Amino acid sequence: MSFEPVVLFFMLGLLAGVLRSDLKIPGVVYEALSIFLLLAIGLKGGVELARHDVLDLAGPALVVVGVAVLIPLACFSVLRGLAGFPRADAASIAAHYGSVSVVTFAVASSFLASRAVAADGYMTVFLALLELPALLVGVFLARRGQGQVGWRTLLHEVLAGKSIVLLAGGLLIGWLAGPDGIHPLDRVFFDLFKGMLAFFLMEMGLVAAGRLADLRRAGPFLVAFAVGAPVCAGLLGIVTAGLLGFSVGNAVLLATLYASASYIAAPAAMRIAVPEANPALSIGASLGVTFPFNLIAGIPLYYWLAFRLHGVLV
Amino acid sequence: MSPALTCRKLVTIICEAELETLLLPELARQGAHGYTLTEARGQGARGVRDGAWRASSNIRIEVLCGVGVAERLVEMLQTRFYADYGVVVFVVDVEVLRPGKF
Repeated sequence: MSFEPVVLFFMLGLLAGVLRSDLKIPGVVYEALSIFLLLAIGLKGGVELARHDVLDLAGPALVVVGVAVLIPLACFSVLRGLAGFPRADAASIAAHYGSVSVVTFAVASSFLASRAVAADGYMTVFLALLELPALLVGVFLARRGQGQVGWRTLLHEVLAGKSIVLLAGGLLIGWLAGPDGIHPLDRVFFDLFKGMLAFFLMEMGLVAAGRLADLRRAGPFLVAFAVGAPVCAGLLGIVTAGLLGFSVGNAVLLATLYASASYIAAPAAMRIAVPEANPALSIGASLGVTFPFNLIAGIPLYYWLAFRLHGVLV
Repeated sequence: MSPALTCRKLVTIICEAELETLLLPELARQGAHGYTLTEARGQGARGVRDGAWRASSNIRIEVLCGVGVAERLVEMLQTRFYADYGVVVFVVDVEVLRPGKF
């Protein structure tokens, strides 16, 4: 199997973390890289969006978000019903798995680009739309039967959080300026993108290595869940893409979005809205297992499945 | 001791960085006139907090205030945040200039 070169950087970070190397990327660099990546992904999507009629996306967007809401509900039933997790933990983990990972999406896009498989830039719109709903579902599940939801704080945390502000802001700037307007910025935002992604993934490898200890406490069920859930969600993404008549490239991206688990927006939102949930469980599963799984095996798997199923579904 | 110095309390709160948005409005509500916030790293009951990313970052908030405000801050932290969050708070006596500021 040939890996995306950027994934090898992730593995280097993971290895350095496991070996307890003194390699450390300062928190401010992590922040700066994530700001760059979010803005660049938004801009790229916005530039592509300028070539399409935005209103045509409204129908598919409704379906994509509607189906995505099933993911946290299903995760919650499995974790609560099957494995007997406490309500707050099951809801928080479900919210992480229903929400999306921007970097996993970026790696899937670059996986497709290096295989010359076309995908539409407007998939970034779905990326921005899919972050919030699962978090709301998670909080609702955690709080059902008891009042006391700081909805206002939660909505502010997510909607004014940096990932939505930068993704949506980038989309808007790219859409308003169009390809010609953004062209002078190409060198910074598009040519440097993969290098920055490689840096960021190396850092994520280091951070993920730090979560491995949490998994020992989490137990084998959660580890199995962290691999099984993305595969099922990825399959749901491919089927949904097929029903919507998406291209194979778009199907791979939708599968990746459904399969990915959030580890930036969700931990912050859950910490505030469902504080009694243990963050070591949700972050350990999403960052310690699902994120590496998706990078290394998941994306190639969704790619393979999307090609296999494309002729059958469309 | 210089006669210009007056006794006040220094309340130091070390907690997870995620608490910042919830905690800062509370400080003002309990009567604190200001605060100093710094990024922090360390180790405790919740493992190593290395500051590599937001979910493993800590902050240290320092508040200079009178006895009443210090007591209210400690009580607020205990009732609202101690159960679910990583929080350490301690209070020491300090001497300050310009006591009206605190």
